[in-house]
Formats: sequence, C-alpha cells, structure tokens
Amino acid sequence: MKLAQWQEGFRDWLTTGSADSTDVFGDRAWPGLTVYQNNYRTQLVTCLEVSYPQLLRRIGEGNFRNAAMAHIDAHPPRGWTLDTYGADFVDTLVAVFPRNPDLHELAWIEWSLSEAFVAPDASPLAREALWSVNWDEARLRLTPSLRHRVATTNADDVWSALQNDADSVPDGEMLDVAGALVVWRQGFHSRLRRLDADDDAALRLAIGEGHFAAMCDTLVMRLGEEAGVARAGALLADWLDAGIVVGVDN
Amino acid sequence: MFTPPPTFSGYGLGLRKEHYRDFLDGDVPVDFVEVISENFMVDGGQPRDILRRVREKHPVALHGVSMSIGSADGVDIAYLRRLKALADEVQPLFVSDHLSWSRVAGFSSHDLLPVPYTEEALALVCRNIEVAQDVLGHAMQFENPSSYVAFDGATMSEWEFLAEMSKRTGCGLLLDVNNVFVSASNHGFDAHAFLRGIPAERVRQVHLAGHSQGPGLLIDTHDQPVCDDVWALYRTAMSLLGPVATMIERDDAIPPLAELLDELDMARGLGAAAREAA
Repeated sequence: MKLAQWQEGFRDWLTTGSADSTDVFGDRAWPGLTVYQNNYRTQLVTCLEVSYPQLLRRIGEGNFRNAAMAHIDAHPPRGWTLDTYGADFVDTLVAVFPRNPDLHELAWIEWSLSEAFVAPDASPLAREALWSVNWDEARLRLTPSLRHRVATTNADDVWSALQNDADSVPDGEMLDVAGALVVWRQGFHSRLRRLDADDDAALRLAIGEGHFAAMCDTLVMRLGEEAGVARAGALLADWLDAGIVVGVDN
Repeated sequence: MFTPPPTFSGYGLGLRKEHYRDFLDGDVPVDFVEVISENFMVDGGQPRDILRRVREKHPVALHGVSMSIGSADGVDIAYLRRLKALADEVQPLFVSDHLSWSRVAGFSSHDLLPVPYTEEALALVCRNIEVAQDVLGHAMQFENPSSYVAFDGATMSEWEFLAEMSKRTGCGLLLDVNNVFVSASNHGFDAHAFLRGIPAERVRQVHLAGHSQGPGLLIDTHDQPVCDDVWALYRTAMSLLGPVATMIERDDAIPPLAELLDELDMARGLGAAAREAA
C-alpha cells in the first residue's frame, strides 16, 4: 500500500471513527487506533475549552461539549498550529445556538482577545510626533492587534463579570441601540471596549481610509460643529493613550 | 549533506508557562531550556518577549510538534519559513521535531502519528528532511515518538529506520528514553536492542518523561515523574552515548519547579555514574 493511502485511511479513522477505515491496519492495530482516536478528540475539545473559558462557564460543560463535538465533526483541523483551531467556532455556535447572539458575541470577544495577544507588535505613538502633523491630510495608522465588530448584546458585560469572578453575572440582553465591540492589545495586555454609535462611526473611518479630517466631518455631522470637533479631539487623545493609534501619516 | 549539530553536554528543562516567572526573575540551575517551537511562532506579544528574555539567560533548544516530516504530501514550506525566522532570532542549540506525521491532504491531526518503517517511507522522510534542513540552513534532530500502532508491512525496525535516516540526511537524533520504553512495551521489542541499534555518535539530545498505563497499552502522557524503569534505561543509554543534552519533559500536571529540578539532579547523578562506569 502506498504511504499516502495509508495516511488518508488514518485520517478517515480519526475524523469519522468508522471501522471501515481501519481494515488496512489489521486486527492487531485496534487498541492503538483507539488511543489515537481518543487523543485526537480530547486534544481538540481541550483546545476549544482553553480558547473559550468564559463561554464554557456561561453555557456549562454539557452544552459546551456538545457544541465542541459538533464543531470537530464539521471542522477537522487544517492549520499547523492548534492555536487557530477555534477560529470558526462561532460558526458552530450560530448553528447550535441560533437564538443566542449574546453567546456568539461572547465567543467573538474571547477569540479576538487571544488573537490580539499574539498580534504583531506596534510601538505607541509619542505625542511629540503630532507636532508637525498636517491634520487636513493626516491618516491614522491603527495597531495591527485591533479587532472590531457590531455589538447587539451586552456580551462585554457578561464577559467582564465572568472574567472577574463577579458575584452575579448579568443575563444576556439585546442592546437598545447597536454599538460596536473593539479589542486590541496595549503593551502585553489585551483590551476590550464597547463603543457607542458615534465613536463606532469614527473608528470605522479610521479603520478604512484613516483620514482624520473625514472622521471629524462625520462627527460634526452627527453631533454638530462644536461637539463634533471636540469629540474627534477627545477620541484621538484617547486612542493615542490606549495604544490604538500607533502612527500618523501625511 | 549536512552534519549533525555540534554537541552540547548539559541538563535542562522544558520552559512551561507555569514556570515563566521562575526563569525570568530567578537563577534557575539549568544548562539550557527547551521550548515548544510552535508556541513562539507567533507574530508578536508577550510569548516572544518572554522567549527573548529567557534566551538572554539560557541557551535554548527549539522542539517542534508540527513539522510532519513523515507526511506523504511533503513538508509545509510556509511553516518552515516561520520556524526559520524564529530560529534566526533565537540562535538555538538545536532545532528538533519528531519522526512522525500529522498532516495529509489539508488535514492536520495535531498528534504524532506513526510512520511505517518501510523503504517507501524512509525515502520520503529523507526527502522531507533534506527540504527542511535546506530551508533552515542547518541540520535538525528528529525524535523517536511513542507509538501505539505498528505497521504490518514494516521491513525494518524503528532503530534501523532512524539510523539509516540519519546516515542519509546528516540529521541528528533526539533519543526519548521514555518513548523507547513505551513503544518497546506496546510493540514487544527489546528496549536495549533499540539503544544498541541507534548510531550513538549521532544522538545530540535525550528526553526523559513520564507515562501512564492505558487499557492494554502504555500512553506517553508527560504528566508523571520519570519512573524507575525509564531511569534504568536512561543509565544504560548514557553509558552508550557521547556528550548529550538531557532534558526533563513535562507537559501536563506541571509540578512546582523544585520537583522538576530534583528530577534533573537525578538525571545528572545517573548520567555521571554511567559515564564513570563506561
């Protein structure tokens, strides 16, 4: 038998657990094949548990394990590192818990925090670098660790309560007005923040073209001249302090 | 043709998260540390920073689990380039992985699956090693894994396979004494024949670890202290080998650092005794 066929048979055994895949190995191989099958599933379940510790606490071991098994069956690992295996677990959660956007957003938070943790390094921008900036032309460069999505639920409050072992964890609720969730890394610490619709509009522009002037125009349109300019300045200062803005290009 | 990496004689531990603080803040009495390469093949952040700071204090060996050198699909060049970038930064004592496979047709098992000991597999593994060593620019080491399945059509023993693999490619060998013990028990071969059969002059590193008893098989769990039988086998190995770097490899149920240092002292004592007796 060719090695490639032998390896494909081994893969089929691991992913399906079907005895049809094991004929090529002979009867003597059965106990050992069971060890590999157990290792395969146990490792992937553990990987998901480590990637989503607060989701596990939120839905409980039984529900988590069911979702994990559904994910393993539908998404055999493909990458060279287990660290990326949980990347599309949220797709499985959408299928298993279709009426729980709070769980989908909680999973997004956990995954984004872990991605940000090992994202490329970026030095914070020194304030002195801003003195010579032409703000009419300026484009903001954001940290490569930044992750951003629409927020429709209070998943960030739930995550914070779980993460901090709070005495009470809020129920999942829809927000009255959708906002955004932002995750990034400041130094070696991953950060999470919920933005209101105005700040989200500004950040979307910064993520896109990055023109600070366009960001100001948008905030002026939404808030009026004085408040809009003030908000743009305050946001820029905040993003600089938080390490979200790491460069300004003219 | 590469030649096996230079020898390094010493005793080390695997660097695990539970002990980062000890290694960063203290003066841990080890001659080197070994890290799992893939844990640090990330773009940035704290893991890379910790490795840089530990590297300032200790020589580092890079030990991988995902090269899949026995894959019929060949080796993953993007993976190798990422590993090379890490090696260029760390300037490691050794770069090692396992004589195993994990990847086929886009699937990755993330387990060290056994290679059948056949001429076809030997030719393929050697070709893959040559590609890996060419990308990295130096010789690697490959470790004998624990295995739970033997291939009915095997035409050579594991040690014959390793010896020929090293001879053809110039790679070094990483001898995992626990894995020898586990596989010998599972497949019914003589562990001492394994030790006598591998080319001692090509072994650069030795791993010691613990295992567990599974249903009818020993399982390489790395969550136990090294057992007496493996210590005895280690002493025999050290009487046969030249200068090597010995390491305690614990990956689960990580105990306080002091316990692992006690085990490392045991290895030092047995290693010295074996050398004197040889």
